[in-house]
Amino acid sequence: MLLIPCPWCGPRNETEFHYGGQAGIAYPDDPHALGDAEWAEYLFVRGNPEGWFTERWAHTAGCRRWFGIQRHTVTYEFRPVPIREQVTP
Amino acid sequence: MSEPFRLPAGGRIDRTAPLRFTFDGASYTGYRGDTLASALLANGVRAVARSIRHGRPRGVFSAGTEEPNALVQIQAPFPEPMLSATTVELYDGLAACGLAGQGRLARHPDPARYDAVYAHADVLVVGAGPAGLAAALAAARSGARVILADERPEPGGGLHDTAVTLDGAPAAGWVSRVAGELAGLPEARLLPRTTVAGYYDQNYLIAVERRTSHLGAAAPDRAVRERAWRIRAGQVVLATGAHERPIAFAGNDLPGVMLAGAARSYVNRYAVRPGHRAVVFTTDDSAYPAALDLLACGVEVAAVVEARRQPPAGWAAQCAAAGVPVLAGHAVIATNGRGRLATADIAPLTGEEVDLARRETLEADLLAVCGGWNPAVHLFSQSGGTLRHDETTGAFLPDLARQAQQLAGAVTGHKTLAGCLADGIRAGQAAARAAGYVPAQVSLPATDKGPVTAPLALPLVPYAGDGAPWAGHYVDLQRDATAADVLRATGAGLRSVEHVKRYTTIGTAHDQGKTSGALTTAVVARALQVAPGELGTTTFRPPYTPVAFATLAGRNRGELADPVRYTPSHDWAAAHGAAFENVGQWKRARYFPVGGEDIDAAVARECRAAREGVTFMDASTLGKIEVAGPDAAEFLDRLYTNLISTLKVGAIRYGVMCRADGMVFDDGTVMRLAADRFLLTTTTGNAAAVLEWMEEWLQTEWPTLRVWLTSVTEQWATIAVVGPGSRELVGRLAPGLAVDNDSFPFMTWRDAEVAGIGARVCRISFSGELAYEINVAWWHGPALWEQVAGTGVTPYGTEAMHVLRAEKGFPVIGQDTDGTVTPHDLGMSWVVSKKKKDFIGKRSLARAEAARLDRKHLVGLLPADGQLLPEGTQLVATAPLPAPPVPMLGHVTSSYRSVAFGQAFALALVKGGRDRIGQQLFAPVGDAVVPVTVTEPVFYDKEGARRDG
Repeated sequence: MLLIPCPWCGPRNETEFHYGGQAGIAYPDDPHALGDAEWAEYLFVRGNPEGWFTERWAHTAGCRRWFGIQRHTVTYEFRPVPIREQVTP
Repeated sequence: MSEPFRLPAGGRIDRTAPLRFTFDGASYTGYRGDTLASALLANGVRAVARSIRHGRPRGVFSAGTEEPNALVQIQAPFPEPMLSATTVELYDGLAACGLAGQGRLARHPDPARYDAVYAHADVLVVGAGPAGLAAALAAARSGARVILADERPEPGGGLHDTAVTLDGAPAAGWVSRVAGELAGLPEARLLPRTTVAGYYDQNYLIAVERRTSHLGAAAPDRAVRERAWRIRAGQVVLATGAHERPIAFAGNDLPGVMLAGAARSYVNRYAVRPGHRAVVFTTDDSAYPAALDLLACGVEVAAVVEARRQPPAGWAAQCAAAGVPVLAGHAVIATNGRGRLATADIAPLTGEEVDLARRETLEADLLAVCGGWNPAVHLFSQSGGTLRHDETTGAFLPDLARQAQQLAGAVTGHKTLAGCLADGIRAGQAAARAAGYVPAQVSLPATDKGPVTAPLALPLVPYAGDGAPWAGHYVDLQRDATAADVLRATGAGLRSVEHVKRYTTIGTAHDQGKTSGALTTAVVARALQVAPGELGTTTFRPPYTPVAFATLAGRNRGELADPVRYTPSHDWAAAHGAAFENVGQWKRARYFPVGGEDIDAAVARECRAAREGVTFMDASTLGKIEVAGPDAAEFLDRLYTNLISTLKVGAIRYGVMCRADGMVFDDGTVMRLAADRFLLTTTTGNAAAVLEWMEEWLQTEWPTLRVWLTSVTEQWATIAVVGPGSRELVGRLAPGLAVDNDSFPFMTWRDAEVAGIGARVCRISFSGELAYEINVAWWHGPALWEQVAGTGVTPYGTEAMHVLRAEKGFPVIGQDTDGTVTPHDLGMSWVVSKKKKDFIGKRSLARAEAARLDRKHLVGLLPADGQLLPEGTQLVATAPLPAPPVPMLGHVTSSYRSVAFGQAFALALVKGGRDRIGQQLFAPVGDAVVPVTVTEPVFYDKEGARRDG
């Protein structure tokens, strides 16, 4: 079970969290200006790197806050991201 | 003497506590401190079980958790399948029998209690052998919070299996001094009979403590039998030791063939003579003290068969002094005996062959084998550590660690006791330092420092013409897999040990290949002419030893398996004989049978009452979320497909939410309570997901919106009063409320006192009938329910609710939809705003895919013969069915018997369904193909005239 450092509550067990996928996929300013392919890119296409990955978690069974964090997809280490990236789409 | 192989003195057994037990129906005795295996050996029982595929007799092979042979079924006091006789502690009244690889589950529920505990430690030490004890002492003396877990009943590990001394005295004295000091330290905890079974990320480990199973029927009734420890540790010290490796030779599975270290353990720990006359076959120094211990307890040692050309000088001299011949450069090439070992054939090794001209036969009933040692890297490997192959020892050793951990003792390849102790002290100090403590000193007791001579990696003795080639060289005893099976796998082209494992099933048994893993790699490497290091090992997965499901479940079984949520009317419904169904975690009344009615009769009566009279039901389980703040209306406009901001205070609107992909996610009603305050409902099962979805958008995309979300599902109890008579009834219960249609129109809400209770009353209908939903504080829910029930109206349950809503074509999200359905597919284009510039899902609804004419639409179905179609039934275009593959047009999502129009009907998702209305399709049900007519989804009151009464 991962030990996830919630920026608000500190390290907590993974079961308290909900995974939110890759961070930084912002809702487009004007979705209707995008072609179908670009829209599909927003909807469906996500990174799957081997190494550090910036992703979102929601501390559902805790403070209910969404936050961004980096996780190493091989070692499962976590490390914080700058504060402005903690609140992130 | 009743135990002919019991030594007159010594061992860790308690001779003041004799125990009786039965095995395969025969009665025996043993002592507290015995395992079932040691007690059987003491009684001269050699064949303990039969092998799973070949049905060959098998005897005790090891003295620990690595046992591949001695599988037993406990019959009494409680049936337990598939245990190793080497790990079952003997107790009075134990009844067991041998197994051929498969056990039998108990036919009745396990009455014992199981529990779990969460623990945090600065340092968790796994294994209380010499290295683990030294590490735990060093860490605990520093003040760190230490947990020391060990699978055996008492600490000491291998020290009790050998006759070694520490500081010139028996090692048991040192063990009890260290254990005593640890027991006196407030932050140290010693957990005996506790197996660390799994090592997960961020130093999270699961251990299983066996608390009462060794007591048998004497176990206290209410005591917890096993406890799962879920441990998060700052540092982990793995002092997991090593398993002795067997050697594969023809007939290496006969009862009487045993690991040399195990033979030594039976002598020293259990005071059992494991045979009369022994042959010791080794590639490693460690079998020599075993041979000398056997000799010392009265076992005749015929010879030490030493595979190395040059035996270790010191040990050879001791053997010579004791009169034990050492046959260097020899191997055991075959065994003989009927059901148990009688003789062993030996011959000199000549490179890759044996010199058969010099074959000799030695009489022996015990063949003690040592092919070297495999560090017990299971937990290290589970933790993400990598392994490297050591050519000299033929073992896989820990290489790079991934987690905050130390390794100590034999698991790192240490071969001497002095080395293990020193390594343990070092590891304990390092762990304490890393956990933020000042390491403490521990003095190293004086003991054996070697010398150790290099072992020989001899996994496989050459085939010498005994039996079919390689077919008697057992690699995995428990799976009955031989070197011939491995060669068949490599002959079939398999190159990876993972593939060989699946092909041969090696390593998949109850023992998870503890004695066969490294051997298999060596045999594959030999066959493929590659280095074993290139092949590696198969993956080590948790659990290290089998864990009972009951232990993992702990208290979460039966009534406590999952939280249960009760509605305010639950007690009344239960007292009135309602049948319940589970809806998520909720228990909801499904129907209220009267006078022996079955479900169909009860539901028909409840439906009729709703359409013709007045009924009531508990609708409290709907999810409820209060949305407050100056930007609440704007926020809801972005989430719902329709416009919410135009809703007037006092009014209610039905709304649908889509995911960004345009598929329907949830639906419900939105009440405007004030300009900046809304209360919305969600489907019962989706309440938490909707709240999380809303929070996600609010927090991550629109953090500038001033909106606050609060779950109020369990703050509001809701009773729906339904039917043409509901106006009269609500008017009577709430004399202060104007209930006429002009004062209180459809889709509005009013505050009122109902039966003397402050309430919010809504004109919402999920049945098409005139209906009022009365919301009161949850606390008052039972009182309101009693008041309504007291008027004598008919209660109805979820089944009638479904019939009523389906007759009106109201879909249930999650039942009639499945995440691939748009609002348009449901025929609800009217709920999708064309005015709004955007809402979540709008862009996706503009894709060509969303406009395809052959999308699945929600339609109604009328089966030709009035037969009720099972939900999930597929729909096809032609009958009889064409040859497969048969094109599927859709499936039945909801199916009921209607009272209102007197026949079975269904809702279905059908390709291009709205264009098929009036057409005939076919529904294969069992062997029959039922013709169905496609209809509009609304079956009843198409004009919607009944909602206003």
